[in-house]
This record gives sequence, C-alpha cells and structure tokens, in this order.
Amino acid sequence: MKAAQPFEFVTASYLIRIGGQEAGNLLSLQQGIENCSDASMFYHTFQSLGRHHFLNEGFSNDFAQWVLGSCNRPALAERLASLDIRDYVSIAELREDLKRMLAEFCAEWPREAAQSAFEKFHFCETVEEEVPLGSAGTLEEFRSGLETLPHASMQFHFLTSRLRLHLRTNDFSHWFDEVLGLKRLARTVERIDIYTNTLDGVRERIVELVEREMKA
Amino acid sequence: MSTTAAPPRVNKLDDYAGLLGAGEIAELRALAARLEGRSIQMVNSTSVGGGVAEMLIRIVPLIEELNLPIRWDVITGGDDFFAVTKAFHNALHGGAFDMPEESFQTFLAYSEQNRGRLRFDADFTVIHDPQPVAMIESRAANGLWIWRCHIDVSQPHRRVWDFLAPYVARYDAAIFSSPAFARQLPIPQILFYPSIDPLSDKNRELEPEAIQEVLEIYGIERTRPILLQVSRFDRLKDPVGVVRAYQLVKRYYDCQLVLAGGSASDDPEGEAVLAEVREAAGKDADIHILDLPPWSALEVNALQRAATIIIQKSMREGFGLTVTEGLWKKKPVVASAVGGIPLQVIHKQTGLLSHSVEGTAYQIRFLLSNPAIARRLGEQGHEHVREQFLITSNVRRYLTLFLHFSARA
Repeated sequence: MKAAQPFEFVTASYLIRIGGQEAGNLLSLQQGIENCSDASMFYHTFQSLGRHHFLNEGFSNDFAQWVLGSCNRPALAERLASLDIRDYVSIAELREDLKRMLAEFCAEWPREAAQSAFEKFHFCETVEEEVPLGSAGTLEEFRSGLETLPHASMQFHFLTSRLRLHLRTNDFSHWFDEVLGLKRLARTVERIDIYTNTLDGVRERIVELVEREMKA
Repeated sequence: MSTTAAPPRVNKLDDYAGLLGAGEIAELRALAARLEGRSIQMVNSTSVGGGVAEMLIRIVPLIEELNLPIRWDVITGGDDFFAVTKAFHNALHGGAFDMPEESFQTFLAYSEQNRGRLRFDADFTVIHDPQPVAMIESRAANGLWIWRCHIDVSQPHRRVWDFLAPYVARYDAAIFSSPAFARQLPIPQILFYPSIDPLSDKNRELEPEAIQEVLEIYGIERTRPILLQVSRFDRLKDPVGVVRAYQLVKRYYDCQLVLAGGSASDDPEGEAVLAEVREAAGKDADIHILDLPPWSALEVNALQRAATIIIQKSMREGFGLTVTEGLWKKKPVVASAVGGIPLQVIHKQTGLLSHSVEGTAYQIRFLLSNPAIARRLGEQGHEHVREQFLITSNVRRYLTLFLHFSARA
C-alpha cells in the first residue's frame, strides 16, 4: 500500500548550551525550575530520557537523578521520577508539576531543603538542528528505514514528537493512523513503554509490529 | 610490550560502523552534507603530545572524510612563550601566578608573530585553549570563531583571567568540557564532553593472549579478583586511600590491587606520593604498584580489560577519562562523586559512586559479591560511553555547532 503522504525520517542533533544558572540545594533547584528556559526544561526531561535510552529502569529525568545522587532524598526523587513525559504536550505543564512537587517538599522539610548538595546542579539547555534522512512511502520502506535509524532520530520521532504535535502520540503512530488508517498498529506502538524498554528495544518491537501488519 | 610510542593509526569512519551501527555513521554524513563547501580550521599549540593534539590527530581525518575541507595549524613560540603559557595554564586552574608584567608582552609578541605566519580564511575557526587565544585579532568580517577551552577555568587567577577575558569575549562562542568548568561570559557557552577513541591502542579490543602477556609481565593473577586504579601518583587521586579501601576489602575477599600510574621521575611530589603508597602497601605481595612510561597505552588497555573492578577514588577530578575508558570496557566502576565523574557514573545505573575510603570499600565488596549487578553496570556504562563520550560524538557536536552558527549567520 502506497501512502498518500510519505513518512519523513528526520534526525535531530543537539548542542548543549550551558545556562549559567545552578542549584546547590533543593530550594535553589525549585527557583531554577521556575526561572529556566523551556529549552532547559526540555534538556533535563525529554532529552535526558533520550540520552539515557539504554537504561530500562530507575532513570527518568536529570532533576530526579540529582535529588537522589547529590541530595540523597530518595522519596522526593521517586516522586520527580514518576512524572511520565508522555503525559505532557507542553513544557509549561511539566514545569508546573515539577514546581509543585518541589514546593510541597520544601514547605514540609525546610531544613532538608536548605542543605547543601554534594555536587551542584547546572542548568543547561538544548539547541536543536533538524536534518532530513529520507522518506518512506510504504510500510516496507518504513520498516527498512526504521531498522537503521540512528538513536537521535528515534528520540525525535518517538519521544519529543508530543511537543511538536501537541498530541499524546508519537510521529510513527500519527502516520500509521492519520495517513495509513492503521489505527490498531498506531495504538499498539503508542503503548510501548519507553521507561521500561531501551530505545533499541522499542525499535525492535515496532519493526516486529510492522512486519506483523505487513503479513496480515 | 612496547618500548616507544607508535604513531596512531588513522581510522576511517566506516571502521566505527561496527561499534556504533551504520545508521549513526550515515547520520554524520547527512549532517556534514548540509555544510558542503564550508571550510574549517583548527588551531592549537602542539602537534604531538597532550590530550588536545591526540584528539585532533584523530578527529581531523574523520571530518576530512566527510568532505569538509579542514586545516590544522599549530602556533609556534620560543621557550619564553611556553613558559608564560604554562604559567597561564596553572593560574587558570586556580594556582599562583608570579610571572612579571613583561610576560604578558611576551605572550602578545609571539601571538602577533603567529598571526603574521598563519592564514585565517576558513568559515569556521576553532581555537584550542589559551595559548592561541589572541589569534582572534586576525578575525575577518566573515567566518565564525569558536574558542574551545579544554581546561577548568571556574576558579582562575584573577590577573591572568582579566588579561585573557577580553580576547575570549570576541569569539562567537566558547566550548567547555563540563558546566562546572565554565565562567560567566558575554558569549554563548557550549558543552562538549571529552571523548575517547574506541579504536585507539588504549581502548581497542585485545586478544586474550595479549592481556595475559601483560599480566604475566607484572605478576598479576587472572584467577583472583583484580581491583585497578589507573592514575598518576598524585595526592588528588588518593592512591593511599585506594590502598586503605583495598585493605578493608581484603578482610573478606582474596583479591589483588593494581595501582598503575605515570612515571614519577620528573615530579618531586609524585615521588613523595609513590613513597607514601609503598609505605601504605607494606609487604603485601598482592598490591602491584606499576610506574608505567607514557607510551603504555596497550598495557593500560590490557590491565583495564583484565580488571574485575575499576576504581577512581579522586579527591578532585577534571573529567576523568580513565573512568570513561573503564566504562567502555564494560567494567563496573567505583568512583568518587567529584568533577566530571558523576556525568559518567550514574549511581547504581552505570557504576557506583562513593565519598570515603569506607564507602569505596563497601561498594567494591558489594560488587564482588553481586557479579550479575556488576555485569549490568558494566554493560550500561558501555552504552553510556557509546552514546556520549566517543570521538564520533565529538564529530557530531562540531557538525551541529557549525550548522547552528551557519543558520544564524
């Protein structure tokens, strides 16, 4: 089946810009999250998950990791890590939830919130450069493109798509559904859990699902 | 065993495909294609020796292979120039600076001489470290200039920084190796992690016989756990603390400790530290203190590959490339949470962090009694390095940087 609109594979290469803002304790982390740019929020959450795509448990975002590793506050870290970026279609919503969790902790545990961390948290931000990698007009071409897709491109299409589309879905599922009318495939791909799979694992699973669809 | 430094083999991009996947190499080509026709110039202060030259020797041919014209120029100077730049280097690291006022004039005179000798007409000029920083005076109307700072300038000596800062401020951007090494500047600051070359003698795969040969030379047994710290004999690397941690572990596990460091013959403090380490080790035949010459890349590789656990118990650290090397070899790493180490060792994910001798000993014991966890940490550490800290990641960062600034220009 030839698609009315091809799937355009894109890769996003990122530069990390040092923000200059830093946090030495939980109070200043709270302030930092309040004031940092959207590009910084993106870097420490969406992009952080992508950078650590090879971990399939216990890693969620840079804030949670710092609260655990440098502030030794496992309960707060667990709460921050529990935020699922797939629930967010805008950085503003995600920022609000992080701010709220930190504010609650700092209000309840003011002494702990003021304690110095082992290492400072440095706010950075992402500068993105998108580069087209080719297109796929059929499921067969899609599968073959997916098999050799670099990790950055997988992150771009599977993780950060929500912020671009402002929809709770990924680019692959969006194409399956909107262009090919393959709703079930779209749904199954969207349900793959990135927090408990590596990015390579996600890719293998999508290839498997697409092959099954091709045989059907 | 090698007795002299061999020139590095020039690797091709496709040589890396087996380690990274063909898609990652294709991606580099796609990024480079967007820069077609643009030229690059790298400038530093030495063509051999030192981390920057070692990196450029490897990175320049890779960029060339991506069909981007790239030139690497080296500034020159007399002993008086390099005495000043060495003093600058130490002062930028926070050390004292007791050079006379004329030293700044010496620096500027040689800079002027180099500006007359070198041609600056590339689209992207990358100046490495403080020695050639004043080349910015040759900046023409077009072209982008980047200052790549490989050292930690977060606590510099005021007098030296005040002299250099006006030059730095004239660049389009500055690159640092860690957010903690940067300073507030009026130009954008970009983060490039240091990197290792997986195909270099220090990191490439070795035959088991080659590893065994090195172990036999130093009398290290493969049948018992090997704890290894590779670092020069410097108090900031806390080799005595490593011996103490090993002694705590030894009560429960029959293991060996290898401390492999650089030659201490030209460093009086190194000799003193080495003596302290020997004293702490006492007559324990399971502690191997190896004073290796600088061209021991293959030996270090073999020791790292033979190790059961890699330790880096530094009190202060730059980035800690020995940690990167250990992680790349899929080894469980126990390291101090200082400097660039937590960027690499994500606690309980890609290794274990510690803050004391006792903590280091505990983490080592934990790994020795939980080999499956040790294996998982090693595997994940390897993936972390593959994603972030390989030379190909640095090629990608340079291409992205040039693309970004091209789009802005």
